[in-house]
Amino acid sequence: MASKKAVLRFPEKLIDQPIISRLVREHNLEFNILRASITALDEGLMVLELKGDQAECSKGLEFLKQLGVEVRPLDEVILRDEDRCTSCGVCHTVCPAGALVLNRETGATDFKQEECIGCELCIPACPPRAMLTRFNCK
Amino acid sequence: MAKTIAEINEKIKQGKVVVATADEMVAIVKDKGAKQAAEDIDVVTTGTFGPMCSSSMYVNVGHTKPKIKIGGGEATLNDVPVHTGLAAVDVYLGCTQLPADDPRNKVHPGEFKYGGGHVIEDFVAGKDIKLSAKAYGTDCYPARELETTINIKDVNEAVLFNPRNCYQNYNVAVNLSGKIIYTYLGMLKPGLGNANYCSAGQLSPLLNDPLYKTIGIGTRIFLGGGVGYVTWQGTQHNPGVKRNENGVPMAPAGTLAVIGDLKQMSKKYLMGVSFQGYGSSLNVGIGIPIPVLDEEIAKFTGVSDAEITAPIVDYSEAYPQGIAENLGSVSYAELRSGKIKIQDKQVPTASLSSYPKAVEIANTLRDWIKAGKFSLSEPVANLPGPDSGYTFGPLKTK
Repeated sequence: MASKKAVLRFPEKLIDQPIISRLVREHNLEFNILRASITALDEGLMVLELKGDQAECSKGLEFLKQLGVEVRPLDEVILRDEDRCTSCGVCHTVCPAGALVLNRETGATDFKQEECIGCELCIPACPPRAMLTRFNCK
Repeated sequence: MAKTIAEINEKIKQGKVVVATADEMVAIVKDKGAKQAAEDIDVVTTGTFGPMCSSSMYVNVGHTKPKIKIGGGEATLNDVPVHTGLAAVDVYLGCTQLPADDPRNKVHPGEFKYGGGHVIEDFVAGKDIKLSAKAYGTDCYPARELETTINIKDVNEAVLFNPRNCYQNYNVAVNLSGKIIYTYLGMLKPGLGNANYCSAGQLSPLLNDPLYKTIGIGTRIFLGGGVGYVTWQGTQHNPGVKRNENGVPMAPAGTLAVIGDLKQMSKKYLMGVSFQGYGSSLNVGIGIPIPVLDEEIAKFTGVSDAEITAPIVDYSEAYPQGIAENLGSVSYAELRSGKIKIQDKQVPTASLSSYPKAVEIANTLRDWIKAGKFSLSEPVANLPGPDSGYTFGPLKTK
């Protein structure tokens, strides 16, 4: 059983098509929509978690790409600038996913990318602006 | 037996000084007792790294040909307005200053991406900073406009001067209202959704010298990665607050005004920060050495997070309205555990000041002293103490 989180960007021409429905049916995958929106550019944006057979997960993402959906793994989208993070910890109570947590051994703030759901609440809440998005998710 | 600062400095010179950080001192005093600790340890180093809004720099940019009198005119650094009410080419910039076109809180909460604190960080990092100035022109200073870049390595003086840093203890901020609020202590969720605090606790300079026995005017300190000095009590210095049996204030109390050569400092310890919905500021790193002159000072520096408490204050009503009430108090040990109990509710906690950076600063200062690179200074005057009558009052509007 594999789990993959990805940021999907649907170009305008695909917005009216039941793509996620086909993805799930044809590849026997479970999905969890972490975020979904239509952006100002008339694009669709979705942060999706897929669960299922490893090979089917990869095939499913390939299927999306062939249709023209831009697919980026979430852990390449939400990043931390390690030089700016001071491990103050103010993000600990902002992150709803438990991805930014206190490491009790070191006192540092750990960024567990695998827990991140791409909500971006940490980005404006971080005073030194150490949290970044590399793929305009808005 | 009591020691003197001169004796400790002699040990520093001979490479025989024994230094512990305030973190390490907790266990040393606990294990050996204050009396033995006072004999064994010569200096305790403290550290803190957090947002300190009363931080600023002044710069003498040098004279142009022909000369310009920026004083009395207008000027900006990277589009952030600077104070020009000084002599011809001295400019002053505080870390909360914002560019004229920053939208502030017009769309709430504002982002405050770039302000005075960020200019100070970029300047100390060695980046070229755009200087724009307009002047009215005089016989001796005929130029009326200036548009150039300045660099910290070329200006005559670049000085960090902070009228209030190093708060001795601070409030724990919570929100009792039904909507999110954005404060200088971060975003506070409604209905006691989180509790934010801002102190290095047992590592914090003034919490290790609660009665200002060693830290005074003239004390040499680690400031922003370089060397600085305490120049005065900080603004809002309030030594008369309630204290526990060990002399530790149970609310925000003493503060320090500090100064130092910005050219020696580092962006590692001076970092521009943005508080959503509030404004820009500067994270400042400070470390202060405390000479362990006697048993009493050893005991003070052995203070632990469990013995320091902070008041819990509602920032939706009590704080903005200036109502002097709180929701009880809590220790830094509890705050650091990640959860505290308020009104029978488990509330997650978060810190605004960085404990790992505070540790780094205390360790760096310890290493400087051990290596003989940093000696202790005798204060030339004491700070107003708990019994001085010195106090912090409100503005009575008329």
